[in-house]
Amino acid sequence: MTTHRFGTTRRQVLLAGAGLAGTLGMPGLVRAQAAAVKVGVLQPLTGALAQDGQAGQLGAELAIKAINAAGGIKSLGGAKIEAVMGDARSTPEGGTAEVERLAAENVSAIVGGFASPICLAATQAASRYDLPYIVDVGVNDQIVSRGLKNTFRFAPGSSMVSGQALDNLVKLNDAAGKPMKTVVLVHEDGLFGSGLAKLLQAELPKRGFEVIDTIAHPTPARDMSNVALQIKAKNPDLVIPSSYYGEFVLLARTMQQQRVKPKGIYAVLNGAASNYRFVKEFPEAAQFVIDTNHWYDPRNATAIALKKEVEAQGKFFLYNVALNYSAMLLLADAIERAGSADRAKIIAALETSTFGGHIMPYGPTKFVNGQNTGAAAVNTQVQNGDIKVIFPEAFSDAKAVFPVPA
Amino acid sequence: MFSPEIVTAAVLNGLLTGAVYALVSVALTLVYGVLHIINFAHGATLTAAMFAAYVAWQAGIDPLVAVIGLAPLFFVLGYAVQRWIIGPASHGEDRNILLVTLGLSIVIENVLLATFRSDTRSIDVPYGFSSVDLGFVFLPMPRVIAFGITCVVALLLWILLARTDAGKAIRAVAKDKLGAALVGIDVPHVYAVTFGLGAACLAVAACVLLPSYFVNPRVGNAYVLVAFTVVVLGGMGSVPGAVIGGLFIGIVESLSGLYFGESLGQLGIFLIFILVLLVRPTGLFGARA
Repeated sequence: MTTHRFGTTRRQVLLAGAGLAGTLGMPGLVRAQAAAVKVGVLQPLTGALAQDGQAGQLGAELAIKAINAAGGIKSLGGAKIEAVMGDARSTPEGGTAEVERLAAENVSAIVGGFASPICLAATQAASRYDLPYIVDVGVNDQIVSRGLKNTFRFAPGSSMVSGQALDNLVKLNDAAGKPMKTVVLVHEDGLFGSGLAKLLQAELPKRGFEVIDTIAHPTPARDMSNVALQIKAKNPDLVIPSSYYGEFVLLARTMQQQRVKPKGIYAVLNGAASNYRFVKEFPEAAQFVIDTNHWYDPRNATAIALKKEVEAQGKFFLYNVALNYSAMLLLADAIERAGSADRAKIIAALETSTFGGHIMPYGPTKFVNGQNTGAAAVNTQVQNGDIKVIFPEAFSDAKAVFPVPA
Repeated sequence: MFSPEIVTAAVLNGLLTGAVYALVSVALTLVYGVLHIINFAHGATLTAAMFAAYVAWQAGIDPLVAVIGLAPLFFVLGYAVQRWIIGPASHGEDRNILLVTLGLSIVIENVLLATFRSDTRSIDVPYGFSSVDLGFVFLPMPRVIAFGITCVVALLLWILLARTDAGKAIRAVAKDKLGAALVGIDVPHVYAVTFGLGAACLAVAACVLLPSYFVNPRVGNAYVLVAFTVVVLGGMGSVPGAVIGGLFIGIVESLSGLYFGESLGQLGIFLIFILVLLVRPTGLFGARA
């Protein structure tokens, strides 16, 4: 008796085990009703730009989680979106290599890139496979001026941002009774900083500002004392810095040490002034710094909830998170309308996109030659340990402090 | 062109920056002078020390206090790395040592990247924004402290090398390895002690650097290229040469930054580098090899 009972039990156990193994081994069978749509998420996850890349990846992942939780792509029978991660290793070559790999893994589209050089190379590589590519951040104007049919940029480019920066500066200054007349430009000496400085040098005088000095510095810089001393000697009303994170933080701290207190610091596409780490680590040096940059819509309920979720993970809600979150939603909307994971059909759907369900302070999406003309930068200002949107008013959640109280 | 106040301020700032260069260079030159190897892991070690100081600060210990613990810790680490990794792995070949230290630097940097990710971090110490007011210029307190500590460390190192038995052994090994071994000096031990001293100097440099600078997994390299120049200028293996060379390079960089623009601030350094190599290859205090 005992032996018999034991035998039966063992057989049952084996059967159950075989069944379980079968389920685990062939998950495709379980959710066979709709094949997942593969999407490439390309970011510089290692190397110099990893901080931004990891934030971008987080945004894309959160968006995919939200899309899948809401039932996936309905026109494809509820197909889930499946991310294939790519690490651009902070170099254009790394980006290109990963695009080749993602294309071989049969992704339907790629989102990301972050830095302009990576975006330039990666979009070009993707164009050889007619692979739709949504650029998340890369602001260089060339990205959308090469006539690549597969390339779409959701965020504003550098000429859009700097144009807005100038217009908004004039408006802020006029509203305050024109306290700012003289300007010193501080910029890093690479493609990004020099290009911007050249543009500002040409445009600021036309708008009634006098550029009294332009100071270039290298990246990385070990010391900003000379720059601070020169600003002190020139005593401008306004300082406009265009540097990467480490150097701007060094400059802001050195200016504070040297008691250099202009009436305002107005940055354009600055690495630090809209970064919570800087605000948290140096609340005093960061206080009242204004930036013109990408930023989420602080009045958008989804954005507010997302910010809470990200901060609950102990991470900063950088603009990369919001931009990649929105770009992934934009792509999902295009796949939904295309009703297909086919690359050409997704490109056609992106071209006619009027997507408005993003969390950015933009209007409806409208691509002209690959650039979203509905995109816009905003002015943020560090106020009492937080980053607030001060301009334009339609999206602002605080009033500008301009000029800075002495 | 510039008012005398700005030029004086630039010279003083250069001197303060130069103090850190001096400290980083002393470590490099010490290792070169004794082991006759270029330590490619120098920058990575500095970065590691800065992260160690950063972790200490997060635990509530000021870097200037942490240095008391970190310098001995890095001495031990440096000793162990030379004694049980670099030494055995080199099999007596200088080429191997180059590759081993290069490999170490890659390992250290990537472990730091994996642990801390590539965020650029800085710390806000209470004295971070106080300064010494000289009337025409404010000297930032953290860097004045760094200057003072550098002078103390250089003095201690000089006493160690010139006045103690350990120093005598180090100098003997530097002059003639075989001879030193013949009179009973434990050469591998002296190698490891020297390497440890170099690492300890870097730990001190990291602790004085952190309050006024920032740290990320690649930050050390910004200092190492300058340190190589300083070592060549001061004479390979010469400790006083590295101190004076470091201060000198700091001033040169500051002034050339002021006059040629910050972007070309490095120009002065490398002009001097080339001039020294052409005119006096042994450096200012180089041994008459």
